[in-house]
Amino acid sequence: MATSDRETGHRAPTLRPDLLALTEWIAPSERVLDLGCGDGVLLRHLIDTKGVVGYGIENDPARIVACIERGINVIQSDLDEGLADLQDGHFDHVIMSQALQAMRNTQGILREMLRVGHEAIVSFPNFAFWKHRKSILEGHMPVSESLPHQWFNTPNVRFFTVADFTTLCGLLDIEVREWRGFDDQGRPVQEDLNFLAALAIARIGRAAS
Amino acid sequence: MKHPRSVGFVEAQKAHFDEPLPLKAGRVLPQYDLVYETYGTLNAARSNAVLVCHALSGSHHVAGVYRDDPHNVGWWDNLVGPGKPLDTEKFFVIGVNNLGGCFGSTGPVSINPVTGKPWGADFPFVTVEDWVNAQARLADRLGIERFAAVIGGSLGGMQALSWSLQYPERVRHVLAIATAPKLSAQNIAFNEVARQAILSDPDFHGGNYYEHGVVPKQGLRLARMIGHITYLSDDAMAEKFGRALRHGIMRYSYDIEFEIESYLRYQGDKFARFFDANTYLLTTRALDYYDPAADYGGDLAAAFARAEAAFLVVAFTTDWRFSPARSREIVSALVHSGKDVCYAEIDSKAGHDSFLLEHPRYHAVLRAYFNRIEV
Repeated sequence: MATSDRETGHRAPTLRPDLLALTEWIAPSERVLDLGCGDGVLLRHLIDTKGVVGYGIENDPARIVACIERGINVIQSDLDEGLADLQDGHFDHVIMSQALQAMRNTQGILREMLRVGHEAIVSFPNFAFWKHRKSILEGHMPVSESLPHQWFNTPNVRFFTVADFTTLCGLLDIEVREWRGFDDQGRPVQEDLNFLAALAIARIGRAAS
Repeated sequence: MKHPRSVGFVEAQKAHFDEPLPLKAGRVLPQYDLVYETYGTLNAARSNAVLVCHALSGSHHVAGVYRDDPHNVGWWDNLVGPGKPLDTEKFFVIGVNNLGGCFGSTGPVSINPVTGKPWGADFPFVTVEDWVNAQARLADRLGIERFAAVIGGSLGGMQALSWSLQYPERVRHVLAIATAPKLSAQNIAFNEVARQAILSDPDFHGGNYYEHGVVPKQGLRLARMIGHITYLSDDAMAEKFGRALRHGIMRYSYDIEFEIESYLRYQGDKFARFFDANTYLLTTRALDYYDPAADYGGDLAAAFARAEAAFLVVAFTTDWRFSPARSREIVSALVHSGKDVCYAEIDSKAGHDSFLLEHPRYHAVLRAYFNRIEV
């Protein structure tokens, strides 16, 4: 690994439970790509705890500056334009944390993630969480911790559930290898994720043909 | 944050080198001078030095002004100074005029000790790699074993990249701005037209115009006009000049009708008064020749394998001379060779010239990057 001033980046504040959970799936010294890496908190955590060689992709100017300040390798790019500059299988894990619902080219990016990475980790708000269902029954679009925006100002363009994501993976020959779920208090959910999880995380790979 | 200030009055210095410099093209420069300027103070650990590499028409005069020429402001003064993104209260900053230049370092206008006459057309071809070798000798002279950073835009960015390959252990950070891993055919084409303008000027005299007491002003002027078209974006030109008429009405002549013509002629004339035509030819050729991946079968990632530096790459959306796509080639090669790299693509209207301007987002990125460098 190249010498750098990475060590100067300050330590992350408390990490969201979904980010902590996915850390378990990362082995030491892996090559990790974080799509929509925000201010670099997750990568900082993975570098500090797992010694990964990490790169983040982000398109927001202020977040890019924040990443640089944290000593994170951040690359400015529009994810909707794909990952064409990256070679097949270069990364051990490609992570997309709570960004898939804001992307138009859902199928394209999932394919791209599994082209450049051996595995991918995707976290997303579960639209079928029971409180969201209740909200719909009461006649309103859900607004919650995991879906914090109003219908008229949400950056989200795709609304889907754990069950929907599973179906899409089947269509794309993608295998879901493991699930994690959290309720709206950040507590782990052990069963019936589609009903009880506000936030879901899937570890996915290409299905063996 | 302290209010940014100018470095104030600066003085150029000259270093003479007697040790011959072997050049990539095969010839040897027996002895040479390099003029340079420094800003800030080298710390006791000698760990805070930053080298600024200049582009086609730049010089060692990066920041500040001269006591006897207070309007001659350094070409990157908005970046370099106390409290500026490249903060001279933290860093010791060096600007150096490259070999073959016309601002005091040994170049075609210098006297060839063998003939006692200006080198002129006989000055050897110099490359980006040769410049970096000469810069390294200046670093030796100044007692700098390892640079905290080497930074440059455009052709200067190529030198910064080359530092990480030629002297991997001597540079911790490379900031490569508005640059490319090699020129495209279109870029070489623009350079060739500029060179032909100079070479075909009757006052060029095969490059030995000094003896004739003339300079190929017309050629140099045309070369610069072509250059300027490529440094601006279509949008910037439209915004700045549009189709505005010089006299309000069309006069149906080949004199200046449109404001853009006035601008180009002004820039061309200004440049032809102070820049040396042979330096222009040499420098555009150095641009053309640069291709660090050539020795690796065109595999840029393989070329970067030996680099030890961390990189910041910056491009500008409207730069079509060194487009963001070219910067992304550098970034992806660095990622694939496992190097530390950050990449920012700045929304700017100003085209290639953006790298010299004080764009808030651009400077925020540079400031953040320099802040994180430990000295």
